[in-house]
Amino acid sequence: MSWLQKLLPPKIKRAEGTRKSVPEGLWSKCPSCEAVLYATDLAQNLNVCPKCGHHHRLKARERLDFLLDPEGRDEIGAEVVPMDALKFKDSRRYPERLAAANEESGETDAMVVMQGAIKTLPVVVACFEFDFMAGSMGSVVGERFVRGVNAAVEHQLPFICFTASGGARMQEGLLSLMQMSKTTAATTRLARHKLPFITVLTDPTMGGVSASFAFVGDVVMAEPGALIGFAGPRVIEQTVRETLPEGFQRSEFLLEKGAIDMIVDRREMRDRLASVLTLLLRLPAV
Amino acid sequence: MKTTFLEFEQPIAELEGKIEQLRFVQDDSAVDISDEIGRLESKSVALLKEVYSKLTPWQIATVARHPQRPYTFDYIENIFTDFVELHGDRAYADDLAIVGGLARFNGQSCMVIGHQKGRDTKEKIQRNFGMPRPEGYRKALRLMRLAEKYGVPIFTFIDTPGAYPGIGAEERGQSEAIGRNLYEMAEIKVPLISTIIGEGGSGGALAIAAGDIVMMMQYSTYSVISPEGCASILWKSAERAPDAAETLGITASRLKTLGLVDRVVTEPLGGAHREPRVAAQSLKKALQDALRQLQDLSADELVERRYERLMSFGKFKEIAAH
Repeated sequence: MSWLQKLLPPKIKRAEGTRKSVPEGLWSKCPSCEAVLYATDLAQNLNVCPKCGHHHRLKARERLDFLLDPEGRDEIGAEVVPMDALKFKDSRRYPERLAAANEESGETDAMVVMQGAIKTLPVVVACFEFDFMAGSMGSVVGERFVRGVNAAVEHQLPFICFTASGGARMQEGLLSLMQMSKTTAATTRLARHKLPFITVLTDPTMGGVSASFAFVGDVVMAEPGALIGFAGPRVIEQTVRETLPEGFQRSEFLLEKGAIDMIVDRREMRDRLASVLTLLLRLPAV
Repeated sequence: MKTTFLEFEQPIAELEGKIEQLRFVQDDSAVDISDEIGRLESKSVALLKEVYSKLTPWQIATVARHPQRPYTFDYIENIFTDFVELHGDRAYADDLAIVGGLARFNGQSCMVIGHQKGRDTKEKIQRNFGMPRPEGYRKALRLMRLAEKYGVPIFTFIDTPGAYPGIGAEERGQSEAIGRNLYEMAEIKVPLISTIIGEGGSGGALAIAAGDIVMMMQYSTYSVISPEGCASILWKSAERAPDAAETLGITASRLKTLGLVDRVVTEPLGGAHREPRVAAQSLKKALQDALRQLQDLSADELVERRYERLMSFGKFKEIAAH
């Protein structure tokens, strides 16, 4: 602890520790380059640090907002909401956790699906909301994903999924594990109709989401510096009792190992998606 | 082989120890104590029945992990004939944590794939305690494809703490390997019958378990996370594993009620390890029934039925769209 931190009154220290990546306050500090950033600048730059390019997390709706053309957006699956099938209880009951997550994120579950267009190309996009119980995948995420795929099949549209998830949702027990099979099986229908399926892995993409549909996309993209893997770094460290190599499970590492097609800067995402889609669909460039 | 007793079985262990002693005494004794032995034996059976009639989910998890529990090879030996093991993923290695090969089931050709744990220390290490690396899943997929090519049904047996969380496994695409299997299994054009025989540990189990019919042995478990893992995250203490086991709903009976498992296969009194052959016979009967249900379906019907089954999973509410 530096002398400055020691001098700070405890209240200020706490406030600093619990800061989210997008604070309500005016200023925030980039965790990567430690530059002090004006919040509006950061938001205007799609939550990418203007100094070092570090990709801060982005809420599902904010992502959809910059990604999709303003006209003709239509949300899919909002009518599907969670329930407590197992009467799950740890230190808190599941419904309490759901209510808290709703409060924190403004969403009813960890996924938002929208039909819309990227540079005039009609698409269906599913986005994980990490602020809702760490983007964990339970029955609602699975069902909204499938309804999104079904809409894509019905209207013959490409399907894109942005992942940001800690994995399966424990509070739904085996029901959440089954969502891995359910979502992945649904994507076989896209393939049957030759509809492009693109996944974009953002920070973090772990466990049950990583180990289901994330890597079966026709094209697999990742944002720079995202943590992507099956097991969490701490679990691996405890199992193998070794220090993990520098950059382990980051996008750049995955690209080097051949696990993903490309790393795409968020600010170029719209262009890159449009370009890949038109190429796959044999359409003229937009 | 001497039975290893679990913690909650200690009263049974004491009683059976006493019976053993009496038998030993009787051998070189003039007094006939067989009546007494018989009385104790029936008492022991009654006690075993009582203990096993009210096992907690956590106790069931310990039975599922019993060191003498029958593994895939034990079931292969007792259920199938002409087993020919096939090795390797054709890309990197042969993962011994998943075994598989061609065999006959009641004379009919089939493919058998399963997790395999080791019995002694050396074998446990060789088989990585039944925790597969990507190569294991890729071998399993290769064998499923082979089965599909020749139109033979596939039986999978699940018994793993989970996919291996290692550096190499991540480097070689553990996630991709599991996800790929889930994708391909949804389209496999032959009957796929999966049975959880011991531990059904999360994605590492699911990667060979997404069958047309999924069954569980009575004292096996199937869970999204191990009770210890869940407890250490949600209660910040692995000691609370029994509570986690209770609330996660990991037992065969609970999962049958939830509609996630099609059939529970009854085990002999005191668990499959007490009478592995009896357990195998009861599993064989269940596999026969399952195969009968599926074998007249066309490839398209099979795939469609499997798809509908997967799409039905999930519990949620629907509200009026806004």
